[in-house]
Amino acid sequence: MTTDVAPTAAAPSRVGLNQAFADAMTITWRNIRAGWRVPDNQIYMFIQPIMFVLLFAYVFGGAINVPGVDYVDFLMAGIFVQTMAFACAPASVGLADDMQKGLIDRFRSLPMARSAVIAGRVIADLVNQLIVLVIMIVCGFIVGWTFHNGFGQFLAAVGLLMLFAFAMLWVGALIGLSVGSPQVAASAGLIWLFPVVFMSNVFVDPSSMPSVVQAIAEWNPVSAIASGARELFGNQSLVQSEAWPMQHPVAAALLWCLLIIAVFAPLAVRKYKKASSK
Amino acid sequence: MNAITAEGLVKTFGSGEKAVKAVGGVDLVVPEGTVVGLLGPNGAGKTTTVRMLTTLLAPDAGRAVVAGHDVVREPQAVRSKIGLSGQYAAVDENLTGRENLWLFGRLYQLSSKEASKRAAELLEQFNLTDAADRTLKTYSGGMRRRLDLAGSLIVRPQVLFLDEPTTGLDPSSRLDLWDVIRERVAEGSTILLTTQYLEEADALADDIVVIDHGVIIAQGTADQLKAQIGGERIEVIVHDPEALGKAEQVLNLGSGGQCLRDDHTRKLTVPTHTGSKGLIQVIRDLDEAGVGIDDIALRRPTLDDVFVKLTGRHAEDETQAETAQGRAS
Ligand SMILES: Nc1ncnc2c1ncn2[C@@H]1O[C@H](COP(=O)(O)OP(=O)(O)OP(=O)(O)O)[C@@H](O)[C@H]1O
Ligand SMILES: [Mg+2]
Repeated sequence: MTTDVAPTAAAPSRVGLNQAFADAMTITWRNIRAGWRVPDNQIYMFIQPIMFVLLFAYVFGGAINVPGVDYVDFLMAGIFVQTMAFACAPASVGLADDMQKGLIDRFRSLPMARSAVIAGRVIADLVNQLIVLVIMIVCGFIVGWTFHNGFGQFLAAVGLLMLFAFAMLWVGALIGLSVGSPQVAASAGLIWLFPVVFMSNVFVDPSSMPSVVQAIAEWNPVSAIASGARELFGNQSLVQSEAWPMQHPVAAALLWCLLIIAVFAPLAVRKYKKASSK
Repeated sequence: MNAITAEGLVKTFGSGEKAVKAVGGVDLVVPEGTVVGLLGPNGAGKTTTVRMLTTLLAPDAGRAVVAGHDVVREPQAVRSKIGLSGQYAAVDENLTGRENLWLFGRLYQLSSKEASKRAAELLEQFNLTDAADRTLKTYSGGMRRRLDLAGSLIVRPQVLFLDEPTTGLDPSSRLDLWDVIRERVAEGSTILLTTQYLEEADALADDIVVIDHGVIIAQGTADQLKAQIGGERIEVIVHDPEALGKAEQVLNLGSGGQCLRDDHTRKLTVPTHTGSKGLIQVIRDLDEAGVGIDDIALRRPTLDDVFVKLTGRHAEDETQAETAQGRAS
């Protein structure tokens, strides 16, 4: 046995901002590093976005043939939004897994900033989500999609999509901390997203939907984000609606994101504090 | 100075009909530099007690001071002075052994370089160097357990909490770990360890606290606890069941009528105060009487005997039964 020269830890009585940041970065590193080794995540990050863009562009793109309308031009932003909405998946599964494996407990017994566990999760997922978005945009260019309003607005659209991903991460975090197991987080914790995404203008113009569904679609945050992104990208919107969010899609999109964050971030943080102290 | 002082710790889970009083008023005093073994069967409240002392769980009542700081009011100060290895290995499956230890080192606020250095030392100390750069998915249960323990030793903790540290380790890893624990104590660490292995508490702990249903039912050194149930005994297994009566007579004569007889196992037990001399005497007496014996032994009381005496149950029996049950379900 080797002689042991363990260093003694610094003894912070209070966690400073510097340390909180450093700890969040450490957890971010861990989540990215560990996450990328999981085959599910590799598929989610690299295969799925490419597949979606190609499938939708070549399968639906050709099927919907409205004169004067370029369906790919319309569709691409919708696929981006759909993918960003599913940003809550890795957050919820990751946190549920950490809870179940006892890692959250271990972290809590260490002299680290308590905020770092959630912050590190959110930052890591944002990084991953940005990579996914970039891959999708590049694939979009390849299948003939593009933006028409200049680079500044293009960046604004990317920013809006990332803001939406950020908002959805908090929803995911709350789910992950509530359900108790990663399996549940991956199934029941996500199933509600399908109606939410499909009852929107992501793939089609809601005017073909029954009137109740149409009303839901017009006020659905996902529709607002999609319309907002289309407007900023300068893509065709196809959507004809008198509803306020559809008339002011960028403002509506921003408001929706802020609202989701304002509701879900505090709930998730509270849940984390409670779940980890029981 | 005491490294751990706890007074009247209480924790109840759930409420109303379904409330479980996991810990019902535990007092503990652990002097600096000593090892205390918290011994108890499944569900006794060992883990719950450890979780309260390590700031993971707020007690419903009572208070605890660890390494000079109150666990409720100054949790962060406590955390910087303790190491914890929980009952179930809490490590990241998708990181390598080295990465896991580096991660914990960073979170103990070591610099990146210090954390790497420390990780390498611990991997070596726990015989994990060969597996250091493989992800934990490929580790066996015992390797994972050892890595988890290494994670609790990143800094030199003033107080180390080990919740069933050797469960799932093979005998040689277990002895290695005992060495590590003794080394830590020699360096001045204080250790609270929980265990269901009675011999482990006996081998490592200065003081043993026996806990059952959330309350302390006995406390003292191993010797004190053993003294509670009396001294050494001689156990004889008689070869021929027919000769049991005769042998009993002989032993009763030598011990003043204190021989216990179990027909089923053909076993006779007598107390003795003279150790191996008494053993030799019994062998001679039985030989003279012409009683053949299959087995004879001088038996010192074990902590299991203490446990049975105090709770009416065998600690290990119950454990095994419950483990088997847990696996089946
Ligand atoms: N989070 C919880 N919610 C509800 N009940 C709990 C919880 N944690 C522990 N308990 C209950 O408290 C009691 C004590 O549990 P504890 O885990 O402290 O026992 P233990 O001595 O560590 O047992 P083991 O040897 O099985 O690890 C048990 O009856 C258990 O069911
Ligand atoms: Mg336990």
